[in-house]
Amino acid sequence: MVTFNLLLNAVVTGILLGGFYAAVTVGITIAFGMLDIVNIAHPVFIVMGSFIAYIVNRNFGLDPLLAVILAMPLFFLLGIVIFRFYYAAFEKSGKGSLRGLAFFFGVLFVVEVTLLLAFGVDYRLVQTSYIGPNIGFDHIDLPLRMVIPFAGSITLVTGLHLFFSHTFIGRAIMAVAQDEFALSLMAVDTVAVRQLAFGVAIATAAIAGGFLIVIQPVDPSLGREYIGRVFAICVLGGLGSITGTVIAALILGVIETITSTLFGPSWAPAVSFAALLLTLAIRPSGIMGR
Amino acid sequence: MTRVPSWVWPIVVAGLVLAASRVVKNEYYMFAGYVVLQYVVLASAWNILGGYSGYVNFGSAAFFAIGAYGTVVLDKLWQPPLVVAIFLGGIVASLVGLVTAYLTLRLRGVFFAIATLALAIVLQTLVMNWDYVGGPLGYYCVRPDSIVGFPSYVNYLFVVMLALAVIAVLVARAIESSFIGRGLAAIRDNELAAECCGVPTLRLKVFATMVSGGLMGMAGAPFPYYITYLDPNSAFSFAYGINSIAMPLVGGMTRWIGPVIGAVLLAVIQQVATVTISSELNLMIVGGLLIGFITVAPNGIVGLFEQYGQQRHGRASP
Amino acid sequence: MTGHRIKQPFLSRRHFGRALVGVGALAASGSLPLSSALGAEPIKIGFGMAQSGPLGGNGKAALLAIEMWRADVNRRGGILGRPIQLVYYDDQTNPALVPGIYSKLFDVDKVDLVLGGYGTAVQAAALPIVMQRKQLLIGTGAVAVNEKYNYDKYFQMLPNGSTARTSTSEGFFQAAVSMQPKPKTVAILGAVTEFSRNVILGARENAEKFGLKIVFDRGYPPNQVEFGSIIRSTQAANPDVVFVASYPPDSAGVIRAAYEQKLQTRMFGGAMIGLQYSELKQQLGPMLNNVLCYEFYVPAPTTDFPGIKEFLHVYQERATQAGADLLGFYLPPYAYAGMQVLEKAVETTKGLDPTALAKYIHANTFDTVVGEVSFAPNGDWAKPRLLYVQYQGIVGNDLEQFKRVGTQVIVEPQEFAYGKLRYPFLASD
Repeated sequence: MVTFNLLLNAVVTGILLGGFYAAVTVGITIAFGMLDIVNIAHPVFIVMGSFIAYIVNRNFGLDPLLAVILAMPLFFLLGIVIFRFYYAAFEKSGKGSLRGLAFFFGVLFVVEVTLLLAFGVDYRLVQTSYIGPNIGFDHIDLPLRMVIPFAGSITLVTGLHLFFSHTFIGRAIMAVAQDEFALSLMAVDTVAVRQLAFGVAIATAAIAGGFLIVIQPVDPSLGREYIGRVFAICVLGGLGSITGTVIAALILGVIETITSTLFGPSWAPAVSFAALLLTLAIRPSGIMGR
Repeated sequence: MTRVPSWVWPIVVAGLVLAASRVVKNEYYMFAGYVVLQYVVLASAWNILGGYSGYVNFGSAAFFAIGAYGTVVLDKLWQPPLVVAIFLGGIVASLVGLVTAYLTLRLRGVFFAIATLALAIVLQTLVMNWDYVGGPLGYYCVRPDSIVGFPSYVNYLFVVMLALAVIAVLVARAIESSFIGRGLAAIRDNELAAECCGVPTLRLKVFATMVSGGLMGMAGAPFPYYITYLDPNSAFSFAYGINSIAMPLVGGMTRWIGPVIGAVLLAVIQQVATVTISSELNLMIVGGLLIGFITVAPNGIVGLFEQYGQQRHGRASP
Repeated sequence: MTGHRIKQPFLSRRHFGRALVGVGALAASGSLPLSSALGAEPIKIGFGMAQSGPLGGNGKAALLAIEMWRADVNRRGGILGRPIQLVYYDDQTNPALVPGIYSKLFDVDKVDLVLGGYGTAVQAAALPIVMQRKQLLIGTGAVAVNEKYNYDKYFQMLPNGSTARTSTSEGFFQAAVSMQPKPKTVAILGAVTEFSRNVILGARENAEKFGLKIVFDRGYPPNQVEFGSIIRSTQAANPDVVFVASYPPDSAGVIRAAYEQKLQTRMFGGAMIGLQYSELKQQLGPMLNNVLCYEFYVPAPTTDFPGIKEFLHVYQERATQAGADLLGFYLPPYAYAGMQVLEKAVETTKGLDPTALAKYIHANTFDTVVGEVSFAPNGDWAKPRLLYVQYQGIVGNDLEQFKRVGTQVIVEPQEFAYGKLRYPFLASD
């Protein structure tokens, strides 16, 4: 029985979910969309962030979101280290895409297994004061568990957008993304710029990990379930466009929730990916693509 | 001295293995050997598209599962001989490959890779919701007790997979040395330039996808009889996806022998690891080898041999 | 050797010879492997058991219980004077590995007896090979594996019984119709996975049997992140009773969503896997209050079976180190009980012949740490015995409260029930 109330709540929940998906995807938007690095291991770094949040929350009682914010600099450095390795091994020789893809595939597995060995196979959750209560409006119920990550995601994404459009470094990254060769001719150290960008991308994984474990229980192999979603959103949004990522993420979140509510959730994954396949077939440059 | 043509070797080796299978009574080697041969097929099939043309397929599991579930449907309908199931599985998988290829191969390779990933997920969701083949409850596929001409049905499965491995390898070799193979190599090196030279890139890529997918489907067809209980998680296991990529990479992607070497090496390591050390390390080994080889020896073991050969004979690398 | 004195180097032949004699003495005294000490051939029991993959957590718990059994038996001198030796491999919750593992166990390791791994898929994959060798197979944690084969040497330790499809939800519905006034409508939710699907089919049958109208019936994909919308849809149908069949991640999600939205219904819960595990009990804490769920064992005055308290005490001490579930209320007692059944059968029939063992097990009732156990012709428990409990009075997130009587109140079946069912769902103390 479909009521207005039901539909309204579905859309609103979908938007909250979509916001979260945007935070999860923005790292890929930067790495893949702007830097053309197919970092298929990104979701497992997010899971790593979740586990760090879990340990800190379990042992020190610190809020998980605070924990991952503190962990961001570490992830940034990790990103730089990985990029350095990636660059030395692959980019210099110019064979690029395929080998890089396979490399990150290997990284995905190694990190996942390390997490498995360290934490075991169980699902982990965190305790916070905002898991449980709701904000209620007239017809709408918003669980704080989703609202806080949504707010955080929007902040993150807006911050990044401003960073890329208004700061010198951010614009340098966009420039490198547009035409690296031209920039290198202008004596810009493109490698250093890209290195920084990749570091930022991995740093976002830390925060997304915090959001993830607030929203749902996390186990080491959860990353694999997000690979498809993340790339779907990135492509739908038009590679490299943060605005596009947000719009695509919101659309996906709403589609998933509406399908869930109206037709039964078991079809939701197929619907999202069917949408992706159609997009690739009809308009591969995505929504905001150039 | 006339050189023995290279296509003779797979047949000779297979003949030796076949002879051994008649003598070895221990069924464990049949079970383990089946898996190794299955990966030889998957790796060789993947390499036809991935190695020769550079288009990475993440959805090997999808094509494999098409073959497996095809057999389930046939088993429910009229229980044909296995060979028929293999043939039909190959055809259906090949057609799915055709459709996917046509939709996505006009774009960059990365989009194709993402599309194959999406394909695997969509297919798994469809199968999960399809009660006729059991859906999430799985399907019990009864393994016949015996079959004429073989000591046991498991032995028969092993020999069937051996035959498929030979077919896959010979097909890969045939493509590699034909104009198709040269066209795919041109695409791999520089697609734009190839187009300019008049290479029919789309048609070649679609052809390669069809052959690759079809072979993977054929590898999946006997699986329900091997495992006797098929559920979507087993059929669509991520292990197929990652192994299909890792094995050609480790073995060497430019020649047909590469995937064979990689498959035998990695599959045997994984089988041994299963019955010796802890299993989580199993995946670690695959991931570690993947990273190691791709960084240090990107042309795989075959590449290392070629390099060694060149150094020895003092030739400059081409 | 020449005549002059040579200072003997440390590892000289002489020293080595002396060491050998010393080792021999040690062996004779029994400090080396039991087989040489007792002089008897060990009985080898082989199996695959998930130590990784989705069911790895349960597999670890089951393995710990089986090892505890082995230690206990060997301390008593083994069975028929022979010590027990376990040979096991991690099946990674992957049925594709099972044929290889079991054929190795039989053909290479030459085990005397085999056990099943944990989970329906892996036991289903093992059964044909076991059948081919005409061996016995005792397993825990699988449903309907023997339906197609009807093998007479297969036994299942899950207390769901032969009618697992309906028995898994029966206690829930019985509790539901015990409410005054009788409820009229039910909502059914579940993940689209093997377990949930089976249970839901049975739940629909039970709904009809107990006279409840199904007003909502939905499945969700196993990796569903967000449950608010499905709970909202459920609420919109205004059911008197809500039944859920779920796996750990979705169990947590559903409970949280119900808590957040203050689900208005008279009774809520179901066959929710995961609520039996210590990790989720601890994490969800007070959100569990008034939820109904099935358990295999909870501390209660009615479940004081011989040996269970000692078993749990030793298990809980070893659990942290083994990386297994800290409470051990779910699988471990049943895995241990299965071994007790095997032990009794081997001792009484004085041999390892599978046919004799199977015949004995079918014909008798066994006293185990989980009470009296007897088997139906198809290997399931003759009488299902799932305990339906309602969580009451949970405060905070500490684990110790679950070890006490009173936090998990058995409401069905009647022979084990104590305490009263609280309803409606949102009733507070």
